[in-house]
Amino acid sequence: MKLRVQNGRVIDPSQALDRVTDLYIENQKIAAIGEAPAGFEEAEVVDAQGLWVLPGLVDLAVALREPGYTQKGSIATEGRAAVSGGVTTLVCPPDTNPIVDTPAVAALIQDKADEAGMANVFPLGALTQGLNGAHLSNMVSLTDAGCVALSNHRRPMASTKVLSRALEYAATHDLLVVFQPDEGSLSEGGCAHEGLMSTMHGLAGIPETAETVALMRDLLLVEKTGVRAHFARLSCAKSVEMIADARASGLDVSADVAVHNLLLSDQVLNQFNGHYHVLPPLRSEGDRLTLIEGIKAGVISAICSDHQPHEKMAKVAPFAATEPGMANVEVLLPLAMQLMDEGDLDLATVLSCLTAGPASCFGLEAGTLSVGSFADFVLFDSTAQWEWTLENRKTKGQNSPYLDDHFTGRVMATFISGQRVYQLV
Amino acid sequence: MMRSDPRALQLNEHGQLKHFLTLDGLDKTILTEILDRAESFLSMGEQSVKKVPLLRGKTVVNLFFENSTRTRTTFELAAKRLSADVINLNIETSATSKGESLLDTLKNLEAMQSDMFIVRHSDSGAPHFIAEHCTPNVAIINAGDGRHAHPTQAMLDMLTIRRHKGTFDGLKVAIVGDILHSRVARSQLHALTTLGVDEVRLVGPKTLVPEFFTEMGATICHDLEAGLKDVDVVVMLRLQKERMKGALLPSEGEFYRLYGLTEESLSWAKPDAIVMHPGPINRGVEISSEVADGERSVILNQVTNGIAVRMAVLSMAMSGQLQSSEVQTAGDE
Repeated sequence: MKLRVQNGRVIDPSQALDRVTDLYIENQKIAAIGEAPAGFEEAEVVDAQGLWVLPGLVDLAVALREPGYTQKGSIATEGRAAVSGGVTTLVCPPDTNPIVDTPAVAALIQDKADEAGMANVFPLGALTQGLNGAHLSNMVSLTDAGCVALSNHRRPMASTKVLSRALEYAATHDLLVVFQPDEGSLSEGGCAHEGLMSTMHGLAGIPETAETVALMRDLLLVEKTGVRAHFARLSCAKSVEMIADARASGLDVSADVAVHNLLLSDQVLNQFNGHYHVLPPLRSEGDRLTLIEGIKAGVISAICSDHQPHEKMAKVAPFAATEPGMANVEVLLPLAMQLMDEGDLDLATVLSCLTAGPASCFGLEAGTLSVGSFADFVLFDSTAQWEWTLENRKTKGQNSPYLDDHFTGRVMATFISGQRVYQLV
Repeated sequence: MMRSDPRALQLNEHGQLKHFLTLDGLDKTILTEILDRAESFLSMGEQSVKKVPLLRGKTVVNLFFENSTRTRTTFELAAKRLSADVINLNIETSATSKGESLLDTLKNLEAMQSDMFIVRHSDSGAPHFIAEHCTPNVAIINAGDGRHAHPTQAMLDMLTIRRHKGTFDGLKVAIVGDILHSRVARSQLHALTTLGVDEVRLVGPKTLVPEFFTEMGATICHDLEAGLKDVDVVVMLRLQKERMKGALLPSEGEFYRLYGLTEESLSWAKPDAIVMHPGPINRGVEISSEVADGERSVILNQVTNGIAVRMAVLSMAMSGQLQSSEVQTAGDE
């Protein structure tokens, strides 16, 4: 089907594009921008007057909870939440039940995602069987089955030797490994950033070194093995420095951060509100500001929602007893927009970290409106005022401190391969 | 999802206590009122009839998710001397049990139409959680939550200090030992700084005294002699045996050698310094028997003062609840 998206403000950081123009779509792909291709006769016109036309967002961390935890979410519900937030491509973690350590589970997730007809879903495969940290998974079979990369999630490795061998094996086959740096013996039992707030409130702390000790080890092993590596969910100022130093010395590694670590610091813990219980924890204001600097400097090239839906009861408990995680995928874009005010970031940088940036971290063909690419795009009303509530939310999760907040900017429609998959009604 | 601040949560619209969750955020006026009221109850304990009818007809539930004999008993005595009906519930919970069961437990207890829950729990913030999720008009009293707070213990310590020293002005206080895991130390620090002492020193090795306490107004000393020099009050904390397993200390013996309170180390404090301990004491681990039983020890006075302070807190919170609900009812009409 041929489609013309007219008069929208088309913003695509991947081509340094920001102007009011028309998009032409043919055979699921972007056929032209500005001038219609010769002989183009659209079957449908989408009026984008007054709206922004953005590349579909690429979110590197959206837990779908299926298979295994359908009380928290499903591929259908979380896929719908994702597209309502403008996310057209997402990566889901391997910590389902069963864990994504066999091609069958990877295939199941993708089949269900196709069936749901929502976002393009790329599972992460488990680096070790059952994420047990001891036995290598069938990495090649997993990537053949559609896994975009391998990760041991936030689970510990049995030893540094096993990790080293896993990386060597992955490097042999040129596979991408995703690290969530965490030295488990240092973070064990902790639920909040080790600092004044956790000390005052008697919450067991997670020191900065839980992340940095693991990160330094991982970087040394990446250097030795030559494996392709991505570092996920950085939370500490020092981690940004370490990644910057590694890149300066020639190591080609990428990094992402969760949007809540850019917007919030541990100051919010003063109310014992379990909705702020996340891993890695919300850290100090200094850490938050350095993470933003890391984005400005290009050290961190992706912002993700780190969407982790939970049922209501998972958060109805004293702080330490709540399950960690927030479910923010459907407000990722307006949350990230707040960074322009909160963090003095420019629009192109924020959008790049939501589109082309994450796509390039994982080598995904997504996050761009360049001619010839799949027509995944979002119509965004940057001035719309709205309230996100339990009633109008799309995720099954009930766990976000942002529920009942008022937002500026709202996704009006989402298209994948030229097909409208979401329309605000 | 705005939630109320834990400090605001415990006051009614007139600024009176309706719960007692933490000393953080309570001003000097309220703390002094608690101490004054406790003084008046103290004299009552010496009379042959030890009861007043302030909580007559009220049901008080001792809700202990963590073991305690002394605290539970003194709360029970305090409530009974205020003429309340008291139920004791010991609910053992494993470390992995979730809040689901806590909320369920709570709903069941609410159905018994209690007026007050006295809560001890191993999770920091649990009494605050209960205060938020409980039906209104039930007063929640924190009897110790995780590492967070033990406000009645801290207030009985303040009463003990005031009775022995007459004032808080100009006092130097040392708190020695496992500060990291101590809810008592945290609450004492809030109380002492609010009541206006000159200096609070936290004494112990770095593994047990996090640096962040300086931002809460304390001075940190890693050396016992420097920590005790010229202090008016020495508070020794109990050292749990499991701290050795967590690699926080090499041995009880080395801890006692470096931080134990003996006749010798006590001599570094002022000659009239008093020695306190929230109990139960470990003789020969953090304190010598000579000092614990010595003339400067006020450890048993603390226990007596504990009943009076708890009577004060229970009666104030109940009265604050009633005033709060009366206003709510009036507003509804």
